[in-house]
Amino acid sequence: MALTREHGVSDVEDVRKHTISILVDDETGVLARVAGLFSGRGYNIESLTVAQVDAKNKLSRITIVALGTPMVIEQIKAQANRLVPVHDVVDLTVDGPAVEREMALVKTVASGEKRVESLRIADIFRARAVDSSHNSFIFEITGSTDKIDSFIDLMRPLGLTEISRTGVVAMVRGTKPT
Amino acid sequence: MASSNEMTGAEIVIKALIDQGVDVIFGYPGGAVLPLYDALFEHNAIRHILVRHEQAAVHAAEGYARSTGKPGVVLVTSGPGATNAVTGLTDALMDSVPIVCLTGQVATHLIGSDAFQEADTVGITRACTKHNWLVKDVNDLARSMHEAFIVATGGRPGPVVVDLPKDVQLAKGLYLEPMRVQHKTYRPKLKGDLASIREAVEMIAAAKRPLFYTGGGVINSGPGAVQLLTDFVRMTGYPITSTLMGLGAYPASDKQFLGMVGMHGKVETNYAMHDCDLMINVGARFDDRVTGRLDAFSPGSKKIHIDIDPSSINKIVPIDVPIIGDVGHVLEDMIKVWKSKVHRPDADALEKWWSQIKEWRAIDSLKYEQADDVIKPQYAIQRLYELTKDRDVYITTEVGQHQMWAAQHYGFDKPNHWLTSGGLGTMGYGLPAAIGVQVAHPDALVIDIAGEASIQMNIQELSTAMQHRLPVKLFIINNRYMGMVRQWQELMHGGRYSETYSEALPDFVKLAEAFGATGLRVEKPGDVDDVIKKMLAAEGPVIVDVVVDQLENCFPMMPSGAAHNEMVLSAEDKAIEVSAEAAALL
Ligand SMILES: Cc1ncc(C[n+]2csc(CCOP(=O)(O)OP(=O)(O)O)c2C)c(N)n1
Ligand SMILES: [Mg+2]
Repeated sequence: MALTREHGVSDVEDVRKHTISILVDDETGVLARVAGLFSGRGYNIESLTVAQVDAKNKLSRITIVALGTPMVIEQIKAQANRLVPVHDVVDLTVDGPAVEREMALVKTVASGEKRVESLRIADIFRARAVDSSHNSFIFEITGSTDKIDSFIDLMRPLGLTEISRTGVVAMVRGTKPT
Repeated sequence: MASSNEMTGAEIVIKALIDQGVDVIFGYPGGAVLPLYDALFEHNAIRHILVRHEQAAVHAAEGYARSTGKPGVVLVTSGPGATNAVTGLTDALMDSVPIVCLTGQVATHLIGSDAFQEADTVGITRACTKHNWLVKDVNDLARSMHEAFIVATGGRPGPVVVDLPKDVQLAKGLYLEPMRVQHKTYRPKLKGDLASIREAVEMIAAAKRPLFYTGGGVINSGPGAVQLLTDFVRMTGYPITSTLMGLGAYPASDKQFLGMVGMHGKVETNYAMHDCDLMINVGARFDDRVTGRLDAFSPGSKKIHIDIDPSSINKIVPIDVPIIGDVGHVLEDMIKVWKSKVHRPDADALEKWWSQIKEWRAIDSLKYEQADDVIKPQYAIQRLYELTKDRDVYITTEVGQHQMWAAQHYGFDKPNHWLTSGGLGTMGYGLPAAIGVQVAHPDALVIDIAGEASIQMNIQELSTAMQHRLPVKLFIINNRYMGMVRQWQELMHGGRYSETYSEALPDFVKLAEAFGATGLRVEKPGDVDDVIKKMLAAEGPVIVDVVVDQLENCFPMMPSGAAHNEMVLSAEDKAIEVSAEAAALL
């Protein structure tokens, strides 16, 4: 852990987005503990995902995208590490490079030219129509947060009515474990 | 499938407590803990101190823990029993006190149904404990109990809650010995990184204006750490200051000790903090009551920080050399490194630094004038100190001016003898904490230096003291005001004393007598010694109502939002310019 002065002193403007992966015991209340840490200490959180990843050892992985200065991010990691059911905290933005992915379901309701156009854009973004009716689609899209953001922007004038996103999941590239 | 290790959940709890070396618990019964009280009834190994309010049970356990170094144990019922304990748990969390709090819970099949006296105890206490457990299966109970002790006492100590549904207390299950339980993940780091320790020692040796800044972490680390701190500080010849929580870790009567730092710290201490070129933080956490205005906090110093809790490092103040580890272990290594290389501080620089400090000392910032009509609160505490310091004395306090005066005027040469609510500032702490101390040290002199407002927050505990023959002494500094709040109103809100007058006070002498205790009152400075002697001579609990100057302020003061070199010394120079921003700070 690099805890140097250079690291600690931070410009107020120096806010960055970090993707943090937390391996926890899969027990009741563990998500509330992690979420409570963020609300209780006033940290900014952009997305949070959680699911069991190891049934035998009862482990879950929580992936958090948080915003903060280097000092705040350092605190977030230290505070998360302090929680008793936490095994490991990895800052993928620092210890990466990492693959980061998110999935979204996007519903459009439209007919005629707009409907055709939405299919064309979905094709460009490699989004799949997973449900369709006479005047609606549900598209499934996977990719970086940015990619999903731009897809949604383009769909907006084409009858977009509903969005559901998973939040980011991530993993370190190469042979190194996360 | 009868096995000698099979017993009811309630028996498992009691067995686990005994195996953990618990000899006393502080509690209050109710429906959801009846099986536990029944099991307790059968065992003589554990003494139960019946309190009068669950908040007091936790504070009493804190008093027990902080005066012995052992965890304090609490037993309360579900619902209101658990919610009443929340203030105490939060207090213990802020001041890093190891507490194991057992709460009753409605039967598992009723959880979530808004059953009678049901509360989401693990939900409510999640933010005020280090960790908590809801035990739904009797076969997990022994493990959870032992883990609770591991977590409460390990690393940076703190409170934990084990929530025990009534059916789990009644069900039969298997017991597990403590040595068969290891926590899966919880492994606090005790040894500090040696490279950092070497770097720190080089810096310590090279410093020209060094200052040790020590806190409650030294005391929590144990008597070994306290001794090592004293040794190391003497080896260097450097000045040392302490936080409110750390008082007693280094002898107050020693010439290297500068006194308490912070909002009501001495001038020489705060000036030294501001001007030092090296700050050696040992087990303190840069609390805002210590740092004052952050952008002006000790601007010219390099900072070393030893702390067992990694999240304390760089939380508030950027650190040059962080050392994560137990204070005792780290100091031991530091001394080894120091001795191995014949480190010698720069004698000239040190002499200059000390003569500067002595110049500041000459300001005598704790001075006050005692005329012969009204008692000055400082005088009362100073006399109390003089007349009790040669005994085995423990001091607890409530919260307010009297607390700060006690910290300023009562000297502590030993650790674990000073108990005050530092982080949370909980009025009502002192009496129950004194009870906990007295339980652990039946022959010691235990005094709660109290305020007339604070003492009313848990005065019912005098009944606890009577029942269990705990001769605690309540020394009430009675200024008929919530003095600390009134002082802020005087200095920062134009003297508009909104709701801070202690109206309709009880007659404390009669109040003592109503409980069956001794009540004394003193109103003249000339009678102070006499009343203290009477208090010491009395057998059981005593209330002394010390009627003091109503409008005395606690100085020196570093108003919030001010820096260490902007201390206010007296009411005369109280023209404090407080910016709106600073006033918004607490
Ligand atoms: C439970 C609680 N409520 C409110 C406060 C705010 N507070 C801090 S000091 C104080 C006044 C205490 O008055 P007293 O006990 O008479 O002590 P004094 O300052 O007069 O010595 C108050 C109300 C607190 N610290 N704790
Ligand atoms: Mg008062």
